[in-house]
Amino acid sequence: MKKNLLQRFVIIVVVTLIGLATILWPGRAPNAGDFTPAGLDNILRKNINLGLDLRGGSHLVMQVQVQDYLKRLTEGTADGVQKAAAAQGYSVKEVKPEINGNDYRIVLTADDNSKITEMRDQLPSKVNDFDANTWTSAASGNTVTWTMTDRAKTDLGNRATQDALKIIDSRINALGVTEPTLQEHGSSNSHQILLQMPGIDDPERIKDLLQSESRLELMKVVSPSNPSPMTTYPTEEAARASLGGTVPSNRRILPYDERNEPTSAGTNPDRKPGEPTAWVVVENPSVVDGSELRSAEAASAGPTGTEEGYHISFTLKPTGAQKFGAWTAANVGAYMAVVLNNRVQSAPFIKSQITDSGQITGSFTKDSANGLALTLRSGALPAKIIYLEERTVGPSLGADSIRAGVTASGVGLALVILTMVAYYRWSGINAVVALLLNTVLTLAALIVFKATLTLPGIAGIILGIGMAVDSNVLIFERIREELRSGKTVPSAIDLGFSRAFVTIIDTHVTTIISSLFLFVFGTGPIRGFAVTLVLGLLANLFTAVYVSRTIFMWELSHKQAKHGRVETLSI
Amino acid sequence: MFQILHNVNLDWLRYRKVFILISTAIMLAGLGSALVRHAVPGGTEAFNLGIDFKGGTVVTADFKQRPAPEVIRDALHSAGVSDPIIQPVTDKEGQVLIRLPKMETGEANAAGETQVDIGRKTVARALRTLTGDVQVEPNAPFPAEGNAFKIVGTDAVGAVAGAALRNQAVAVTLLALIGILLYIGFRFEWTYGAAAVIAVFHDVLVTLGFFSIFQFEVNLTVIAALLTLVGFSVNDTIVIFDRIRENLRMHRRSTLYDVTNDSVNQTLSRTIITSGLVFLSVLAMVIFGGEVLRGFSVALLIGIIFGTYSSVAIASPIMVWWQQRLEVGREQSAATGTRGGGGGTGARAGRQQSPGARNTRANAAAR
Repeated sequence: MKKNLLQRFVIIVVVTLIGLATILWPGRAPNAGDFTPAGLDNILRKNINLGLDLRGGSHLVMQVQVQDYLKRLTEGTADGVQKAAAAQGYSVKEVKPEINGNDYRIVLTADDNSKITEMRDQLPSKVNDFDANTWTSAASGNTVTWTMTDRAKTDLGNRATQDALKIIDSRINALGVTEPTLQEHGSSNSHQILLQMPGIDDPERIKDLLQSESRLELMKVVSPSNPSPMTTYPTEEAARASLGGTVPSNRRILPYDERNEPTSAGTNPDRKPGEPTAWVVVENPSVVDGSELRSAEAASAGPTGTEEGYHISFTLKPTGAQKFGAWTAANVGAYMAVVLNNRVQSAPFIKSQITDSGQITGSFTKDSANGLALTLRSGALPAKIIYLEERTVGPSLGADSIRAGVTASGVGLALVILTMVAYYRWSGINAVVALLLNTVLTLAALIVFKATLTLPGIAGIILGIGMAVDSNVLIFERIREELRSGKTVPSAIDLGFSRAFVTIIDTHVTTIISSLFLFVFGTGPIRGFAVTLVLGLLANLFTAVYVSRTIFMWELSHKQAKHGRVETLSI
Repeated sequence: MFQILHNVNLDWLRYRKVFILISTAIMLAGLGSALVRHAVPGGTEAFNLGIDFKGGTVVTADFKQRPAPEVIRDALHSAGVSDPIIQPVTDKEGQVLIRLPKMETGEANAAGETQVDIGRKTVARALRTLTGDVQVEPNAPFPAEGNAFKIVGTDAVGAVAGAALRNQAVAVTLLALIGILLYIGFRFEWTYGAAAVIAVFHDVLVTLGFFSIFQFEVNLTVIAALLTLVGFSVNDTIVIFDRIRENLRMHRRSTLYDVTNDSVNQTLSRTIITSGLVFLSVLAMVIFGGEVLRGFSVALLIGIIFGTYSSVAIASPIMVWWQQRLEVGREQSAATGTRGGGGGTGARAGRQQSPGARNTRANAAAR
């Protein structure tokens, strides 16, 4: 009996010390400052992984607009099919992308139905990037229809989300955010991304940077070459009229904010502020686009480096440089549009062959130039992202929450301790020791599992205290009953523990079941609550049963050594 | 030993009709409040749903000198917000919570801005008119002269996400109830499980009823409180059921009615003390826990009271009633073939209202 007791005692002491060490160890050699309240506060903050609602920071949920990506893919493929048909000499009236809700189709209308099946079977292999798994084909009459499969929609959508995730990751890293959390979010087809940035309490600028599409294209302007002025149109309708009323797939109409380059048309007197001053027609597709960028840097225009005089210098990768070099050599004098997000930033003319570098000029400030260079470097997002959810907690709010949580815990714990000691006397002290150990072990478990402590998590600790006390009350009431019915003290204690154990297991399992649902369903703060509650309950199985029992055993053996038989128990 | 509540001998089951009446009345009051509020146009809604479920934006602004709520509301009206709710924070004199409803039904406008972006910008624009255009970064101190404000927190949820969360909340609560039903059904019998689940369901409905009547805000943490309360209420019920099971084994000749009453009486002191202690802890949270946890703690407070009550007043009577119906059914089907009288007597002896020696305690209490 004595040896058993000593063994149990050692186990409890070791566990307690490990628990305390996990919470309080500063991770380096301790110094004198660690023993002050401020020092302790620092250590606790370092060891415990605080949630955003306690630390301050931003929580953003964004959604990748996959439908845009699929639309662009369909249009690009339709364009490819048309070119391939022309190259093969098929007589095709038109190749059109058709997008209806969630259906993506390419419809090829031929002049007659003579070569329809041949076209259906041959054309795909002649188009770059035409993945046969993406489309099913059907030929009828003189049309061939390619339809995107559901499987492809899912796969491509997921791929777009993954790509967006990587691009956002590089942008966030470039911004120097500390310890961000970036992951996919929600159900598998929701295309949602979760971003948590501790310490960032004003995410406006970051949100803009993350969302920025930064699609760069260099395109040839449809216009006579320099020294004639560049052909521009005062309205979009005028530009379209010049193309015969509809825009063919090898042309695009883009808005243009002209500044100093010479142009032909005047400005539209009805122009509202914010609308472009002119419109230009460019050749589609682009000569070079953002994927060929090697680097992009913000630079100031002149020696004075005025606020408004920033531009972005970029260089191209070798393949892009080659393409660009060949094109510029063949098009000296032509006007080249530098297009950013479907807006023409500038349209200089080609003075001589350019191989690998260029400039984007515009009314950029230092900040906007830096931001743009950053997003260009990280690559263009495959599709637009919108923000579904945003929660920001400033650091002062976070500190307030910590204070409130700690105060409530302290008061709750004090009330429980007072009541237990008043009602159960020395056994009450037994329960209090078990309770305090429970709190220590819960916190230590939080740290070991790197779980996040949120404000609801602190509530979970308070509730865990309440439930831990329940176990002790169950045992003590049972002991009292057995004593009342005449059992001896040692046997009353034994019966109390053994009879109450079954009930303790049942109550713990049911609370853990409901906490599991909370964990699965909840996000951040609510998960924190479920985790701390479950950890507290598991720790309780150790403290309320094993530790309490050991203390009783010690009390019994101590009294037996002093008085022989044990007649009474302070409970 | 200092003890309370031992040697209690109340016939709890006798008052079960009164208990069920009280519970039904409270639940109807809650239901009525929800229906009436929903039906009356232009009035309040059935539940004061937080932005977690309804979508919308909550901006927490900290003023150097907080203007009156009406002033803030007017400024927001001029900025184009139709129904802002201004809530000055009680324990902090400079802070105010500004709730904006959904700004538009579409998901995104041309500039790619959504509910989330527009809310904060609109509020900042409106508030700047009140402080002479002085807005300070959250980390910076207030200027010495004149009024200023900072935006110290924002919560914005799009309408789609809000609706999804709402559905999830309901689904999870139901799943948790089913999980508990299965576990208790497995550990005891399914009638016990059903009775426990009905009692817990009653607790959740009563708490929601209070929230509807008093229009407390229902957000994600309140749902967390409801799920916790499910766990707690079941605890109380399990303690009683455990004791019933033990007593049935030991005293095979007693009726279920008597055993149940005895079990409730025997566990009463534990129930009161534990519920009392948890109540005290939650009370500490309500008072000291701050604005963020307020809904959560209030929900738990109400839930603990009713959870304890329901274990005695609802779970036990329902279980007893159900078990007896089953036993009557079993005895009758076993007694087919014998004369109706014999079977009937046997069945009557098993039922609770038999005026036999077995219920002397009940009769003693009645006298």
